[in-house]
Amino acid sequence: MIVPLHGHAATIGYCALALSALFIVGPTAWIFLNSIKYQIAIYTGAWVFEPTLQNYVDVLFSRRSDLISNLANSLVVAAISTVLALAIGTLGAYSLHRWHRRKLLARLLLGWTLVFHMIPTLTLVGPWYVLFQALGLYDTLTALVLTHVAINLPLTIWIMMTFFDEVPVELRDAAAIDGCGEFGTFRRIMLPLAVPGLVSAGILSFVFSWNEFSVALNLTSRGTATVPVAIARFAQQYEIQHAQMAAASMVAIVPALLLMAFGQRFVVRGLTTGAVK
Amino acid sequence: MNRGLAERFDGTFRHWSLWPCLGVLVALSVYPVLQLVPMAFSTLEIVGGQQTWSFTPRRNLELLLGDAVLRDSISNTLVFVVVSVAFEMVLGLFCAIFIACMPRWRGTARTIMILPILLPPVAIGSMWKLMYNYDFGLFNQMLRAVGIAPANFLGSVDWSLMAVVAVDVWHWTPLVFLILFAAVESLPQDVLEAARIDGASMWQTIRLVILPLLGPALAVAALFRAIAAFKAFDQVYLLTSGGPGTSTELISLHLNRVFFEQNQLGYGAMLSLTVICMIAASLSAGRFAAAKR
Repeated sequence: MIVPLHGHAATIGYCALALSALFIVGPTAWIFLNSIKYQIAIYTGAWVFEPTLQNYVDVLFSRRSDLISNLANSLVVAAISTVLALAIGTLGAYSLHRWHRRKLLARLLLGWTLVFHMIPTLTLVGPWYVLFQALGLYDTLTALVLTHVAINLPLTIWIMMTFFDEVPVELRDAAAIDGCGEFGTFRRIMLPLAVPGLVSAGILSFVFSWNEFSVALNLTSRGTATVPVAIARFAQQYEIQHAQMAAASMVAIVPALLLMAFGQRFVVRGLTTGAVK
Repeated sequence: MNRGLAERFDGTFRHWSLWPCLGVLVALSVYPVLQLVPMAFSTLEIVGGQQTWSFTPRRNLELLLGDAVLRDSISNTLVFVVVSVAFEMVLGLFCAIFIACMPRWRGTARTIMILPILLPPVAIGSMWKLMYNYDFGLFNQMLRAVGIAPANFLGSVDWSLMAVVAVDVWHWTPLVFLILFAAVESLPQDVLEAARIDGASMWQTIRLVILPLLGPALAVAALFRAIAAFKAFDQVYLLTSGGPGTSTELISLHLNRVFFEQNQLGYGAMLSLTVICMIAASLSAGRFAAAKR
């Protein structure tokens, strides 16, 4: 708190706060309203309408939509790539934290993660396409998992390194004196203390993978498409299917809503960790 | 024997724990970037999983020099980055300071603010596509209600780029807010108190105390956002796909078009290398300027 407002200023402040909250929530509410309207009510822009779940039934169960299998694909890809990125990233972060930091190899690696973060993903989708074609992995979920691991690894490394750095050196020394080996120290001391970091990195990896669009668009076809690709199909057909697009989007934002409600502490921590340091 | 193995495993744990990470980065990011070089000088065709490479450096260079859309996409991207980051920084800073001044509801405000960050960009694209719709979108309904002629936000050359910028501002102002809010909340209290005791007004406190202290956080937030805005793709693809004409064709959209709609893997790689070189050049220019100061 800087200089707390009071009196009239506070009242104006609360109004401004409510207005900005409305501004943030508004678009989501608007798409929700559209998702429970019949197509005709959308086209007339009606504010008073008869609510319906028809659009949800349509996107989930109709023959023309594969949303159920898209959801399964998204879930599998996001879950597996998150676990892999966490495992690989945590081990790497520990190594960088403990031993490598000042070595040339480590500086190259960390520098590369920064550069990798800066270049547009679409410059890499081309070579990835060629690579997976050559390996026979094109149009498989495996290919998608591998690319998502590569995309999420830098973030995991940065978050986990910050958390490892925060563990007091004394604890590690105490463990060593008590006869704990290197791996034991990692497993019994460092890892448990870095659990909040694991949760933050895991949530963010999962969300980024769930939301990821540009790679999934180009490396999948009908059977392997993820949810964002399916939504884009609704929006891109020559006759836009507004109702289905709205319903599918609502389904796609469920994880975001859940995480906002239950994991916001970790999300904020993860998003600001790198920035504040 | 067993014990010796365990000890060796233990003693080298901090070394080998880096290998998986190194392996993934080399195989899936270093190698593909290097792969761009041979690709950039070739024409590459993939038919039924069978790759045919032919060495055609001149053709690719000629394509690059004659690419009128590339010039449009570079200028569009620059406008997109500058305008959206400027708005995000101003709005984010304003919200951070203003919400930090609220006696209550700060936590709730922060929770609501993270919603756009977590939403799938594609879902955000479809939300705004509905709101921008000419016939029944929210904005045109409001314009009609106050008697102004409706505007074709996404369909007109004049409006489309700013319409796309507005979506980016909505999407990412909250991230700027989060970074700056964390910085504002951790400002040293004694300095603020000293300013208050010295009789500084609210405006003076903000301008002379808070802003200078926020310097590093502001720089980080601007850099973060500029990098991500430069890579923008998902929402723009959904909203306009680069149209009308080339008015919202950003660099990423152009890359996508060349690689996957025109199937020019070779020329696409040439474009990618050009983009990477541009980034490297601006980075070293930035470092040079920072070192000189």
